Amino acid sequence: MSTNAVAARPEAPPEANLKKQLKRADRLRKFKAIGLVAPLALFLIVVFVLPIGSMLWRSVDNTELESVMPRTVAGLQQWDGSDLPEEATLAAFAAELRDSRRGGGLGKVGRRLNYEDNQYRGLLMRTLRGLPASSENWTQTLIEIDPAWGETTTWREIQRASPPVTDRYVLASLDLERGADGEIQRIDAQNRIYQSVFKRTMVIAGGVTLICLALGFPLAYLLATLPPKTSNLLMILVLLPFWTSLLVRTAAWIILLQSNGLINQSLIATGIIDTPLQLVFNRIGVFFAMVHILLPFMILPLYSVMKGISPSYQRAAVSLGAHPFAAFWQVYAPQTISGVAAGTILVFIMALGYYITPALVGGPADQMVSYYVAYYTNTTNNWGMAAALGSILLALTLLLYLVYHRLVNRKQLIRS
Amino acid sequence: MPTNTNLSSSDHSTPLVRFDAVQKTYDGENLVVKDLNLSIHKGEFVTLLGPSGSGKTTCLMMLAGFEVPTSGDIFLESQRLNSVPPHKRNFGMVFQNYALFPHMTVEENIRYPLKTRRLPAAEIERKVSDILDMIQLREFAKRRPTQLSGGQQQRVALARSLVFEPQLILMDEPLGALDKQLRERMQLEIKHLHKQLGLTVVFVTHDQSEALTMSDRVAVFNDGVIQQIDTPTNLYEFPANAFVAQFIGENNTLPGRVESVQGRDCRVSFGEGFSTGALLGPNLAQGDATRLSIRPERVKLNGAATQLPNRLQGKVHEFIYLGDHLRVRCELAGNDDFVARVPVDDFSSRLQPGDIVELGWRNEDVRALNAS
Repeated sequence: MSTNAVAARPEAPPEANLKKQLKRADRLRKFKAIGLVAPLALFLIVVFVLPIGSMLWRSVDNTELESVMPRTVAGLQQWDGSDLPEEATLAAFAAELRDSRRGGGLGKVGRRLNYEDNQYRGLLMRTLRGLPASSENWTQTLIEIDPAWGETTTWREIQRASPPVTDRYVLASLDLERGADGEIQRIDAQNRIYQSVFKRTMVIAGGVTLICLALGFPLAYLLATLPPKTSNLLMILVLLPFWTSLLVRTAAWIILLQSNGLINQSLIATGIIDTPLQLVFNRIGVFFAMVHILLPFMILPLYSVMKGISPSYQRAAVSLGAHPFAAFWQVYAPQTISGVAAGTILVFIMALGYYITPALVGGPADQMVSYYVAYYTNTTNNWGMAAALGSILLALTLLLYLVYHRLVNRKQLIRS
Repeated sequence: MPTNTNLSSSDHSTPLVRFDAVQKTYDGENLVVKDLNLSIHKGEFVTLLGPSGSGKTTCLMMLAGFEVPTSGDIFLESQRLNSVPPHKRNFGMVFQNYALFPHMTVEENIRYPLKTRRLPAAEIERKVSDILDMIQLREFAKRRPTQLSGGQQQRVALARSLVFEPQLILMDEPLGALDKQLRERMQLEIKHLHKQLGLTVVFVTHDQSEALTMSDRVAVFNDGVIQQIDTPTNLYEFPANAFVAQFIGENNTLPGRVESVQGRDCRVSFGEGFSTGALLGPNLAQGDATRLSIRPERVKLNGAATQLPNRLQGKVHEFIYLGDHLRVRCELAGNDDFVARVPVDDFSSRLQPGDIVELGWRNEDVRALNAS
């Protein structure tokens, strides 16, 4: 309409003018779009991108010593490690140690150095107490306060803890460490824990995903094929668990599954078993509770994909001579792949980060990575370890997602 | 009703498909299909035509095996089909939305029925290749159905239902999703395939012109009952009842009463003091209430009407110009929706809405049909 009006005018604008008008109209639309997205984008940057970035940074952050004792760190950087550091470095160390009493610097350095060896916090405290106001020879004075300052290994450990970036947390999260010669090596067998924790996390998340798929697929199929009235009712039942908090549902599973809980009592009452089964505070309980909580996340994407698949495909396959079972597997199931992909990746990733449920219904051998992340943040205040574990979990998740994406995409339907 | 002469060749043999007193109900109260008797002969193109909910699709689905008759039997030659599962019936079927498998290429779609039949690989490839040539889509063999146009998808669906050489092809409104021009082209294509390959086709549609274009015989469904089954010509010229007359083509209807009967001819009075000669429809006798059916193109106006035995005065309400012809809506005998279809050349431009015109028709252009 408007273009007609424009063209009909005698002073019809040349093409350039039209382009300008189009650009102006587009610009307005662009502003509108940006305006609509801006609040969410800002929100995401503040509460999502920045925290993740800071978490990733914390996993390699090692600036404690540098921030409290910059001159000592600078001096140790020049040091070749063969003999004791120079007098100037030790003098700087003594001055900075004295100053560190103010502003909590001492605690920070003590905590950081304790990761290298447990003796350091005590050593620093002792040294501080005996530190004279001035000294002609700080090397001598320090060794007199504590002979440990006379050993090169002490200084070498401090030197090792001083660069602003470190890989020790990441390595520790994989049961690795740097040996005395700086080579990466596995830690002693009795201290290894995180590799098995990661493996366990993967096994639990994978198991939960498979169980959810096995239980959710038939139900989603039923929901998608029933008449809308019935399927809407059933859909409410599927969504019902969302109405209660996760904590309540997890607690409910403890009550149901415990030794004198409902399930054990009814099994004993019906004479199927004599002694109660151990269903909770072990792997079985974790699976029960996690599958129950995550099942809707599998059913919903499956349902939405299945809802869009016309029943005439299966009919067509049957009319072409395929047995109904074959028709289902050859014609229907492949079309649900995008739903299966969405559901499994959703459930798997959510399961990877599960913390509360395994913490409550699992035993000590069922704790997942997130438990240790919580342990390091809440109990020991070791942000480096917490961040490193989290980062590795994130990297692992992304890696798995990429592999999975590639696999599914290869079989993915081309839909226009 | 005149007997049909086109089917003399197949009339003697046993029919390929026979519905014998078939009934179908979904809720136990309403019959969707009532007492259906229908025979389909080898090589025939039979269309089930009717408005939605008339039972035509249910009928096709029972034949395909996706629905089970509540009572009655369906026979394929002498074999009772009721208990044969759909995948063993060996009927090709084309669906409304084609139902091409979206995760398979064109070639894989066509290969599917051959693979389920476990034919030797070489034979499969030969057949797929032959049929791809026939539908002229060889260069699209590796494409997915969604990358094809509607007409091409339609051809693939057709090829997939033909490739295993079924003894019967069922089509459930296969052209419904196409635009008008393409639909008309596909109608002819399917018709030619039918002739060329000697297929037996059962075709379901609600589009009467499609039914008339393609079929050897058309079964007109309404209320779960076949109202009439006949050749397209006979359906149009000799509708068995008012529903068929109304459903097939355009039609003027006038309520009246049979005054006298002479063989197939009769005289019918209608309106206030009007009367006309007409052909007597089935189940009518002297004194019965009737509905007169007159095709708009058989109604002549003014000059063209002077020689005709039945001439009546009507009042012009409006003219509708349709390019190749003109529709003149008149009031006649109290019916203000009486339409005459006039060639544009014959039209006198002096005529104005409100003018009185003379409308005329021959006796044999009017059917006196059962009023119910």
